[in-house]
Amino acid sequence: MLMFIVRRLMQTIPVIIGVTFVVFFIMQLVPGDPAVLLAGEGASKETINAIREQLGLNRPLLVQYFDYLTSVFRGDFGVSLKNSQPVLDEILVRLPITIELAFFSILITIVLGMAAGIISAIKPYSLKDTLVMIVALLGISLPSFWFGLMLMYFFSVKLQILPVAGWDSLLHVILPALTLGAGGAAIVARMTRSSMLEVIRQDYIRTARAKGVRESVIIYKHGLRNALIPVITVVGLQFGALLGGTVLVESIFAINGLGRMIVDSIRMRDLPMVQGGVLVASLVFVVVNLLVDVLYRFFNKRIELN
Amino acid sequence: MMTENNKPILEVKGLKTHFFTKRGVSKAVDGIDFSLHKGETLGIVGESGCGKSITSLSILRLIPSPPGKIAGGQVLFKGKDLVTMSEDEMRRVRGNEISMIFQEPMTSLNPVLPVGEQIAEALRMHQNMGRKAAWEKSVEMLKLVGIPSPEKRAKQEPFQLSGGMRQRVMIAMALACTPEVLIADEPTTALDVTIQAQILELIKDLQNRLGMGVIMITHDLGVVAETCDTVAVMYAGNIIEHAPTEKIFANPRHPYTQGLLDSLPKIHEDQEELQTIEGSVPSPYNMPAGCRFASRCPHQQPICHEKQPELIEQNDGVKVRCWMYTDQWTAKMVKEEAVK
Repeated sequence: MLMFIVRRLMQTIPVIIGVTFVVFFIMQLVPGDPAVLLAGEGASKETINAIREQLGLNRPLLVQYFDYLTSVFRGDFGVSLKNSQPVLDEILVRLPITIELAFFSILITIVLGMAAGIISAIKPYSLKDTLVMIVALLGISLPSFWFGLMLMYFFSVKLQILPVAGWDSLLHVILPALTLGAGGAAIVARMTRSSMLEVIRQDYIRTARAKGVRESVIIYKHGLRNALIPVITVVGLQFGALLGGTVLVESIFAINGLGRMIVDSIRMRDLPMVQGGVLVASLVFVVVNLLVDVLYRFFNKRIELN
Repeated sequence: MMTENNKPILEVKGLKTHFFTKRGVSKAVDGIDFSLHKGETLGIVGESGCGKSITSLSILRLIPSPPGKIAGGQVLFKGKDLVTMSEDEMRRVRGNEISMIFQEPMTSLNPVLPVGEQIAEALRMHQNMGRKAAWEKSVEMLKLVGIPSPEKRAKQEPFQLSGGMRQRVMIAMALACTPEVLIADEPTTALDVTIQAQILELIKDLQNRLGMGVIMITHDLGVVAETCDTVAVMYAGNIIEHAPTEKIFANPRHPYTQGLLDSLPKIHEDQEELQTIEGSVPSPYNMPAGCRFASRCPHQQPICHEKQPELIEQNDGVKVRCWMYTDQWTAKMVKEEAVK
């Protein structure tokens, strides 16, 4: 197991280098010149050129990229073009907020999704199953920006029981986490249901019944543990979608997380900031994927053979 | 081995298991009777779809429902009717007093649980054993069924075991609580021939030691000859012949049993082709009114198509469901038969 984790960690290095490469060159393709933006409207050509010179923006792209790469590995993410603060400092402030949001969202995805899936699978084609699956279908279909606004309108404006926006207490977490986690929960629910229905038909479930095992033990011990294997994969994939979703949800609920930082920086063409933000987000994703792989092996030891 | 004098531990009376599907009612098991004594091995033979597996699943009430349902009859276990028992009572019988071994050792064990845990589970449930005691007993059971280094194997998952070993685990699991009845549903079908012999030997050996009654479900007449005291031959949801094993092989009465035995390859004859029984089994959705084998029977008479014969006991104790062995089968008919 340890060897496996070490090997998986080594594999992440080329992935991360790849990410820096893609991020760097995509930013070059984005229209708009950071020097022009920084200099402000009506600035003279000389000023713009001076800024360009100062930031090293006039050097060849590859040189700029390798420069960036080596500093990143030294832990230097550069300074913001906007306020000359180190990018890393800004990220370290923003990251915990986004991680907290992502954590509660994925929690909602897993708990809500699996519970709904199990309820559906226990009595398939019943009224309960149909209702749960209709709700799940809605959950997949509703765009999160609309769903978030509706939640906000209903719970904060109409009922006034939850804060509209911001990020102070746990109460502030509820609506954004629900917005972000709902889509995933719906997908996990459908996956859990179909996986559970598949498992419940297997011979070993019949064996457990023939042994005199209680129906609840059959579902949770014999059924769920097998049914979870594909669900773990889906949850892992959902996490990627979820990180992307933070960008939207943080903007809707005015949360100063990493996602919003990236959006604001893109608007400003604050290249180092965007690169740093995306890089850290990718790192988080890579780490989560590693966790998923480890969990997957824990639940399905057959993989060790390969 | 058979003890005739005491009461049977398991009695099946008029058991009917039907499947209610969109296509109609499938009468998979349609009124069967048999009994099993302590220490006895009863073979239930027949081709695929004749209802032998459904019979065994019905005894433990493991028929997937819906669409399956026990539509009638009784299964008396030590005098109590399993069919009308509450689900909770039934659960206490399963794996404890009546156990079952299934056909597919590759898929019948839970792939994500250590095999020792799968055995220990039954012990904790039925025998109120603690975690440690149950684990030790399950290691002991693995040893009993001849698995080398049982301590190590108990911790392994099924994928780390071969097919033969998995079937041994299944047997260990089934016997952990020393049941009084063991139902073995084609326990050797999925195994290599050499392993088959070992597994049958193991079941017989354990039966002698534990004194349980065994129902051996199989389509393999070789297995029957080797292990069973009595045999019930099933055809299209009915028992059509029920007799001590040696009588079935020496003198099969029912035309279907005769056909079945004729279809075996013969060691002393130079056979170009194997014998077959002409025709095919009637659909379980649409059973004929008369004898279910009539349309394939070489001796068929009008009466065979009109009314189903009963399973009638002959003078020598052999039970057979065929008009040929009744008074209605007149001397004239037999003569006509001879002329043909």
